[in-house]
Amino acid sequence: MEQNKIICVSCPIGCRMTIKSEDGKITSIIGNACPKGIKYAEEEFINPLRILPTTVKVLGGELPLVSVKTEKAIPKRLLLKAMTEIAEIEVKAPVKIGQVIKDDLMGTGVSLVATRNIKRADFNLRS
Amino acid sequence: MKLEYDLVIVGGGPAGLAVALEARRNTVKDILLLERDKYLGGILPQCIHNGFGLQYFKEELTGPEYAERFIAKLNDNRIDVKTETMVIKITPDKRIIAINRDDGLLHIQAKAVVLAMGCRERTREAIAIPGNRPAGIFTAGTAQRYINIEGYMPGREVVVLGSGDIGMIMARRMTLEGARVKAVLEIMPFSTGLIRNKVQCLDDFNIPLKFNHTITRIEGEKRVERVTVAQVDKNLQAIPGTEEEISCDTILLSVGLIPENELTGEMGVKLDPVTRGPIVNENRETEIEGVFACGNVLQVHDLADFVSEEGEIVGRAVGEYLKRNRKFRHQPIKIVPGDNIAYVVPQHIDFIVPGRKKIKIFMRVKNPAERVRINLLDDKDRVLGSYKKRIVTPGEMVSVYLPEVLLDDKLKNITISIKSN
Repeated sequence: MEQNKIICVSCPIGCRMTIKSEDGKITSIIGNACPKGIKYAEEEFINPLRILPTTVKVLGGELPLVSVKTEKAIPKRLLLKAMTEIAEIEVKAPVKIGQVIKDDLMGTGVSLVATRNIKRADFNLRS
Repeated sequence: MKLEYDLVIVGGGPAGLAVALEARRNTVKDILLLERDKYLGGILPQCIHNGFGLQYFKEELTGPEYAERFIAKLNDNRIDVKTETMVIKITPDKRIIAINRDDGLLHIQAKAVVLAMGCRERTREAIAIPGNRPAGIFTAGTAQRYINIEGYMPGREVVVLGSGDIGMIMARRMTLEGARVKAVLEIMPFSTGLIRNKVQCLDDFNIPLKFNHTITRIEGEKRVERVTVAQVDKNLQAIPGTEEEISCDTILLSVGLIPENELTGEMGVKLDPVTRGPIVNENRETEIEGVFACGNVLQVHDLADFVSEEGEIVGRAVGEYLKRNRKFRHQPIKIVPGDNIAYVVPQHIDFIVPGRKKIKIFMRVKNPAERVRINLLDDKDRVLGSYKKRIVTPGEMVSVYLPEVLLDDKLKNITISIKSN
């Protein structure tokens, strides 16, 4: 039998829950104050998912980077590996909010999308 | 250019943006939004993480996406915007003096002014950490701007002081970008940030969070080389013998925010010593009629969503003010912070509003407490209203509704107190 500790993030109480499991199957969850805790604990135990927000290099833009995110949450264990893959990407200005920067990131079926607009750099050298 | 406006808003962050759009919906005609940065959105464009909008839009957005929802609407609403424009003075008769490169010095006359300048971060100087003065010491927000907007990596081995949301979010961000975050230190026995951030920013990456700990010394020749950290006692004083050294090249400070009220103070608006923002009535109007304040310049909020909500209160209030469509109570009712309440906003209620059912009062508690009641008491300590709360913490702003029917004409004060159940 295995035991995992999970803190619920559904509300400010932050219940400290203990999940007991056998062969990857949950046998009991204790410590939750409400049903939201059970749902959260199950998700966190079976397949914890996170949205990954980061930045991508922009060529010829008014700013050197554009902020991006995974359109949906991806498995938590892939976060650091995804970062090394995203570090290779370059995108040409202009960039539009919502624009797909990379399809099917690491075979997750989830796209990486821009979260802001970046205009082309203007060469009006006022300063 | 036009130099007379019905409404001038100082600051183009979430507060100013919400005011502009809501004032327009409330028939305010000539609106000018002034912003000192090159872009609108305030701090939102650098807050690239998700978690915005759950309250206001009922969907999860990143900071830049949240800002864009408002910015995209400005054009359609014929709201004048001037970026890279710095307001240097506001007079009590609502003249705004500002400068920018295109127009030079501007004198703008407004009928109503909204202060929406936001806040800035406390620095090392504000908390007086002894030691050398090497490079590598940043406020968390400055590091955030370097990484997310400008594309610079501030350092490789990091110690974060302060477990507020920005500190925890930057601990994750630096980790994702390849830095090693050795510890997050919190001088208090609890975090002032959201639990979700503790789990998803620190626990997910095995970053240790040390409560009751602080930095007692910074060392380094040109660049930070190490810090001394120590445990603190209940008076927040370092306990001798608990010191330990951590080698690092970077220190991020997330040690509180200060509403940016220099302009406000200079124009003679009275500030609340606790919020360090203006004292306001239920319309978020300062003690100078027609001068309003909202967002982090008024009180430091937990969520941008609440800032937008406050901006909209002001947008509507400006509409009422310009129509001269208001009736004052014969005396204001003061809202007074009582037991375990650090502050309340608004600080007084000035108006009689036909049809109004309730007034939302915002507050922060001093200390965490569980299973409590928030009691509203009149001048004679009689309980006017009482609200149960499972938990209150200084990190999460609390709000209660004050029913209009309780606002008796003779009432001078309402004290709000937290009581254990």
